[in-house]
Parts: sequence; structure tokens; C-alpha cells
Amino acid sequence: LLDALREYLDLTGTKKGCDHGQCGACTVLLDGKRINSCLTLAIMKDGGEVTTIEGLSDGDGLHPLQQAFVDHDAFQCGYCTPGQICSAVGLLSEGRVKGSDDIRELMSGNICRCGAYLNIVAAIEEVIANKREAKR
Amino acid sequence: MNTFSYTRVPDVASALRVIAVEPTAKFIAGGTNLVDLMKENVERPTRLVDITHLPLAEIQTTTEGGLRIGALVTNADVAYNELVERRYPLLSQAILRGASAQLRNMASVGGNLMQRTRCSYFYDTSTPCNKRNRGAGCSAIEGFNRYHAILGTSDDCIATNPSDMCVALLALDAVVRVTGLDGERQITIADFHRLAGDTPNIDTNLKPDEMITAVDLPSRGFTEHYEYLKIRDRTSYAFALVSVAAALEMNGNKISEARVAMGGVAHKPWRQKEPEALLNGRAATPDNFQKAAEAMLRGAKGFGHNDFKIALAKRAVVRALTQAAKLER
Repeated sequence: LLDALREYLDLTGTKKGCDHGQCGACTVLLDGKRINSCLTLAIMKDGGEVTTIEGLSDGDGLHPLQQAFVDHDAFQCGYCTPGQICSAVGLLSEGRVKGSDDIRELMSGNICRCGAYLNIVAAIEEVIANKREAKR
Repeated sequence: MNTFSYTRVPDVASALRVIAVEPTAKFIAGGTNLVDLMKENVERPTRLVDITHLPLAEIQTTTEGGLRIGALVTNADVAYNELVERRYPLLSQAILRGASAQLRNMASVGGNLMQRTRCSYFYDTSTPCNKRNRGAGCSAIEGFNRYHAILGTSDDCIATNPSDMCVALLALDAVVRVTGLDGERQITIADFHRLAGDTPNIDTNLKPDEMITAVDLPSRGFTEHYEYLKIRDRTSYAFALVSVAAALEMNGNKISEARVAMGGVAHKPWRQKEPEALLNGRAATPDNFQKAAEAMLRGAKGFGHNDFKIALAKRAVVRALTQAAKLER
């Protein structure tokens, strides 16, 4: 699936890091669930809905997680960022986060070699807090 | 990667027919381990048989009061299933301490049972490995063996089974349901995985023409006193150096039934009768836990880099039991 996205559909936002399911750079959403596209055979997902980083923004309007990553400077080189953001979208829809420790644990499949973890956690925390605020 | 064919099958019978005529074909579900091994040239199936459309993705209660988990249910869907969380919290805990959220969303229960060791020599096709190539020799015994087995090892292989889920299933006395062209049979989880012996190339007692269809959990889930303790080189997203699944039935401070299984220490999830017998009917005390830990590691043997695992495993057994019993430490 990763190669299909990048090489055939020219959707190069999804990144190839380790290509072995260890780094999370290739994370996309399949029918709303986060998966490693590098270990997924596209032919097996015939009819499935794949959302990549390119599909998160609404025209020129950034997805709240994209905006939060910008606001919190949640990256340095940016290579892991599309995977981090897609993974965080999956994390939010799973609804399992009670505190920042849960964010760290449930985002552990996304490695950031620049070490922007503190800001990544802060960005995700802010979006979760804003969602909770909006619900009140 | 080598070229291979792809076949999608609608039901169990057609899946079994494909592998009967083409033994070098392999079933694929989540693919998290198989696709990786194909990229490494360790697995070279001539055909992938896509079984993800088979009707094996449900969790149902059984007439015996237990739970039947279909082979295609994802690891995440097991761990977050309301009945599993409530009735078998040890299983949820173990699964959530394995892999990453992405991999748990993909990996199936059947695939978790069938996953191969993560021994680095098994993965590295430039080194001899009896599991990959029987008779070639083992590179780990005198090599870098920090992650390797300390119990039930053989002269041919010291690889470990990497699963967390299976350690909890062993403590819970799960049963694996399999189907072959001759019909169905059940294999207890204790008999499902094998010790390496002189055939480390064979991981399980599943026959080459059979398929896992479900895992059955008996009714007792040890909902009060349980702990899956996993010790690893980083806090999350790493395989176990040592893990312990502890489950206790308590009557006051007295243990009426104890279950202790270990991961990361052997070619299969490890459970013995003696340590549990030493706990049954006894008080939950540090001294009794220590005796059980000593019995659990009886016969353990290190290979150099992994010598530390023997002491670590004993302490892990004591700590897991202490946490399961909810003793003050």
C-alpha cells in the first residue's frame, strides 16, 4: 500500500522510513483505523477507504492536529510528521486517552529521531482538550 | 521480495484446498509478521491465500460460559472488547503491552499464535540458522544472545517465542480450535507451541494442512487478582526480555489457585506445575512467591549475554505475583 500511494498515485506525503513496521512513518488510516501501510498489501484492501496526510485538510484549512503540530513546533526535520499526525487522528477516534501517559504509550509506534516528543504530546493534548471543551 | 501469486478465498474449505495442492502457499491475514519476513527473504511463499474474507472475525460467548474469539479478530479488537476487558483483563493487558497501536489494528489472533521468533540470526539470511535451514547450525548460541531463551533450550536453537498474548492465553488455559480437510480438532494452548528440540524449523503443532479458526477461553477469567508484567529495554513498543502473566484466586490472604506463565524465556510460553503447586493453598507472602520463582526457573541456563535473565525472571515472577495479590511492597 505504501508503494502504491507513493509510486503509482503520487501521494508522497506518506513516508517510507524503515519499511518494516517499526517506525510509523508510513501510518495511514484505513476505514478510519491507523495502520502501517508498509506492511499492508493494497490488493487485500480493495474497496477500503484510505486516508493519508493529504486527505486531512479541508481545502486551505488545516486539520486541528496539523494546526496544533505547527503551533507547538512538534517536529524538526518533519519526515515522521505525516505518520505522527495520521496516527494521532486514529488515536483520537479510539478515545482511549485519559492522560499524557496514555498519549506516550499509544503513540509509541511512531518514532521521531529528532526527538520532538515533548511537543508532539503537547500538540495532541491540546487537540484532545479542545475537543472536550467543545463538547461541554 | 520474490514474486508470488495472490488468491482470495471465500470460506475455510476453499482456503484448505489451496494449501493442500500448493504446500508452499501461505495464509495471510494481518500480514504484520509475514510481509516483513517476505521482505527479509526469510519467508518465500509461492502464493498468498488471503483469508481476511472468511467469517472468523467474531467474539461470542460459548455454551460453557467462556468466550470464543475468531481467528481473524484483530489484536486491538480483542484487547478493547467489552467482554474481554471485563472478564479476562489479563488478556487485554498482555495484548496492549505488545507491538504498537497500528500493528494491533492489523494483526489477527491466529497470526499472533503463528508469529515467528524475532531472533536476529533467524532474520539475517547471511548467517546460519537451524530454524530457517535445518542442519545449518545456530548462530545465537555463541553469538549475541541477550534476547534468547534460558529454559527448555536445545543444542540446535535458543530462540524465544515473541508473543505477549500467548503468555496470557497460557495462564488462562485457552484452547486453539483448528480445522483441516479431515475436520476440526482442539489443541490446548500449552500443546500448541513446541520446544525447539532438533526440529526448530517447526514452531507449532498445527499441521501444514490445517488452519486456526478460533481461540476458546474457559469461563474463569481471574478478574480480581491478575498482572501481566513485561520487562523490556524501553518502556513501550519492544519485545519482552522477560514477561510474567500471574493470575490468582484468593480467599483472604490465602491463595486457592495460582497460575503463572512466562514469556521471553523459552521457545514457547512457559508454564510449570510445580511453582503453582507451591502456591496453591498457601498464604500470599513474599517468601512463598520467592519459592515459586525459584521453582519456575529450575534448570534455567544462560548463554552469556542472557545470563542476567535468570535473576531478572525470578524477580519478575515475585513482583507479578505481589502485584496480582495486591500486597504492599
